[in-house]
Amino acid sequence: MLSTQHSEEDDQYMFVARLDNVRNVSTILKAIHFKDTATVFASPMGLKITVEDAKCVQANAFIQEAIFHHYVIKEEQLAFKINLTVLLECLTIFGGSSMPSANTSLKMCYAGYGCPLILMLEEDGVLTDCSIKTLEPDDVLDFDFCSSNVINKIIMKSECLKEVFSELDVTSDILQILMSPDQPYLQFSTFGNAGSTHSSFPKDSEMVESFQCSQTQTSRYKINLLKPSVKALALSTRISIRTDDRGFLSLQYMIQTEDGQICFVEYYCSPDEEVGDNEES
Amino acid sequence: MRITEDKVFFILSERVNDGGAQIWCELPQSHFFDEYAMEGVSAESNEIYLEVAPDLLVRSLKTAQSAKWVKVKLTKKNFPCLTIEVDLPSGSVHQRLVVHDIPVSVVARKHWPDFTEPEMPRFDVSIALPQLRLLKNVVDKMKNLSNYVAVSANNSGEMKVSVETDMVSISTHFQNLFNPSWNKDDSQTQPSMSEDRDPQQFATSRVDIRRFAQFLNSQQVNPDRIICNVVHHRMLHFFLLHDDVSLQYFLPVVSR
Repeated sequence: MLSTQHSEEDDQYMFVARLDNVRNVSTILKAIHFKDTATVFASPMGLKITVEDAKCVQANAFIQEAIFHHYVIKEEQLAFKINLTVLLECLTIFGGSSMPSANTSLKMCYAGYGCPLILMLEEDGVLTDCSIKTLEPDDVLDFDFCSSNVINKIIMKSECLKEVFSELDVTSDILQILMSPDQPYLQFSTFGNAGSTHSSFPKDSEMVESFQCSQTQTSRYKINLLKPSVKALALSTRISIRTDDRGFLSLQYMIQTEDGQICFVEYYCSPDEEVGDNEES
Repeated sequence: MRITEDKVFFILSERVNDGGAQIWCELPQSHFFDEYAMEGVSAESNEIYLEVAPDLLVRSLKTAQSAKWVKVKLTKKNFPCLTIEVDLPSGSVHQRLVVHDIPVSVVARKHWPDFTEPEMPRFDVSIALPQLRLLKNVVDKMKNLSNYVAVSANNSGEMKVSVETDMVSISTHFQNLFNPSWNKDDSQTQPSMSEDRDPQQFATSRVDIRRFAQFLNSQQVNPDRIICNVVHHRMLHFFLLHDDVSLQYFLPVVSR
């Protein structure tokens, strides 16, 4: 446990949060770490950290306030931009090349606009203080993904997809996803130098928990944009795959922290090109 | 490499204005060798100084991990060599002799003064390093963020390592460390810890982080104690004694 500090000291901050196992935060952040910069949104519900690339892909990590054993925020929303690479180095400062130990506790403090993010970590009586500069938050993309426009939705166990995604043919520029009420139901395809690869999952597979497909839809996404989502997939137990009427993709990952709590990471991606329903896959 | 009647020394001197380190390592020969014979330049100067590439030496010795015996000789092939002969078991019956010839250059006597033992500095604070594991991990991470690290210590058993850049400042704080006391009799030391120094006051030196990390990572033997002497704004001096081998590592400050 961190040596106790007077709560008067905390009064200067707009936001103070503490947790006993820093891994509960560092692991989730690693799942969206594909760019150096992230925007952090803090609200009474918890933290949302957003990373974007090429105006085509967005990843969000949700760390709800219940993950922390102490969470106090004086505003409805605080937002700042921060270097995610530096933030992760600080969160894993005690960990060497692997993970910090479960004995590392964390306290995060933020005093408001223009102030740095303060981290205090402790392991085995050794204290580390970090002060990370924050920047003006950029506007984040609104993918305008709402349930009413969702055409196809599949929820499945992450297990079976892990192999597919970790073996994606990187010589293929795109990943094609087909979802359909008819065969092959769910199919991932790549088109690389050595040829095309197709991985299919029948809707009655025991891996599939929920299958709601109204229309056959084939969409293509730049593989480079989706590759980082493999990290989130690797940590997750369940995944929800949704596409809407524009072919936009939403991947939602349910991740269980070491202490058994649930966190979510989602990836949104815009399609590379529209493909007609009847195109050969 | 300096060879005397009683000891073998490994001496390394980098350019100090680059933040370069100095290493002084002493091995009593009787601890390591069953046979030892040397003949120096002359009777009065019964020593040999050799310049040798450390990685060649390390690589040759690595082959000797499971050797029955190892012989080190100074020989003359077409040029002077440190010849390492290693007798390796090969199968159950046969033996295998592996010979390494490492080219060396003999250092002339007039240059010997370049290699005298660096003086133990008048330090401001002397402290034992904390357990290497956490210190190593922290410094390795800090290395990704900055080229320099400030190492501070006081006489109350506290030590800090810090980095500061435009983007981030990080400081790790160790407590309950041991402050050794040095007597007037300790080798060349002059007693330098003034009794009226405020025990809470920190002495700091800002050094090249890569060299500091290298020093920490090179500790393969886990000595009981590594002493760190801090000369405020001048240098860090590390001293360790393990299994009869003494090693001193001098790391000067880097100017901004």
